Amino acid sequence: MKTAFIICSAALLVACGEKPQDTLGARSDKPAVSGTGVAAFTDPGWKAGDKDGWANHLKARASYGMNDHARAPK
Amino acid sequence: MARMKFICDAERCIECNGCVTACKNEHEVPWGVNRRRVVTLNDGVPGEKSISVACMHCSDAPCMAVCPVNCFYKTDEGVVLHDKDICIGCGYCSYACPFGAPQFPSQGTFGVRGKMDKCTFCAGGPEEHGTQAEFEKYGRNRLAEGKLPACAEMCSTKALLAGDGDVVADILRGRVVQRGKGAEVWGWGTAYGNQAKGA
Repeated sequence: MKTAFIICSAALLVACGEKPQDTLGARSDKPAVSGTGVAAFTDPGWKAGDKDGWANHLKARASYGMNDHARAPK
Repeated sequence: MARMKFICDAERCIECNGCVTACKNEHEVPWGVNRRRVVTLNDGVPGEKSISVACMHCSDAPCMAVCPVNCFYKTDEGVVLHDKDICIGCGYCSYACPFGAPQFPSQGTFGVRGKMDKCTFCAGGPEEHGTQAEFEKYGRNRLAEGKLPACAEMCSTKALLAGDGDVVADILRGRVVQRGKGAEVWGWGTAYGNQAKGA
């Protein structure tokens, strides 16, 4: 009798519950240094996961690709 | 590494719209959505200036502050991204953004806009990197490929600079010293704080 009462109470009280809303907000995203896993599009010479290498590659691309003062002969 | 930043050198921009085309092509952005666009001030008047504008990935992003469903997040590199699965297309971010960056794919009746779309600094979104799902929702993830945004890498006059804030600031500083003018970096102060002079 007591067990049945507990089960019935639990079943009725479920309706009083509220869905958790703390899952709202953006899902976690992997860091860019983890790479895409698509070798064909990955910048050659850099291995996914190598954070310093990644930063150096981006720096080199910016310095060489965008700084024409550095490229032009003096 | 510092934060990722954009600078558009107005002394160099020739309004070719190469950055707009590069962005559209790289991410297969649909008609009506312009993640990047070129704005010309005093168009037709001698001395007109053009700048390429997109999401500036602000330090204290107003879009993040006003989003009622908290769909925005910031990566370790300071790139402001959003989750399209959470976005409800309310448009608050577009009212808050000083650069007009948030775009909506439709303009239906009763305010049906669709999910917001904006420049991702070519950093994809909260899907598995390099997947079709990420590409369809957010475009290519060039940053995770070890590359910089396509718009800046394609810029014919190298007016648009993108990358590590220290590096792009050094490049611009070198140019300003060389030519002796053009230190105005429009949008820089608004996006990244008031340390640098800018609108």
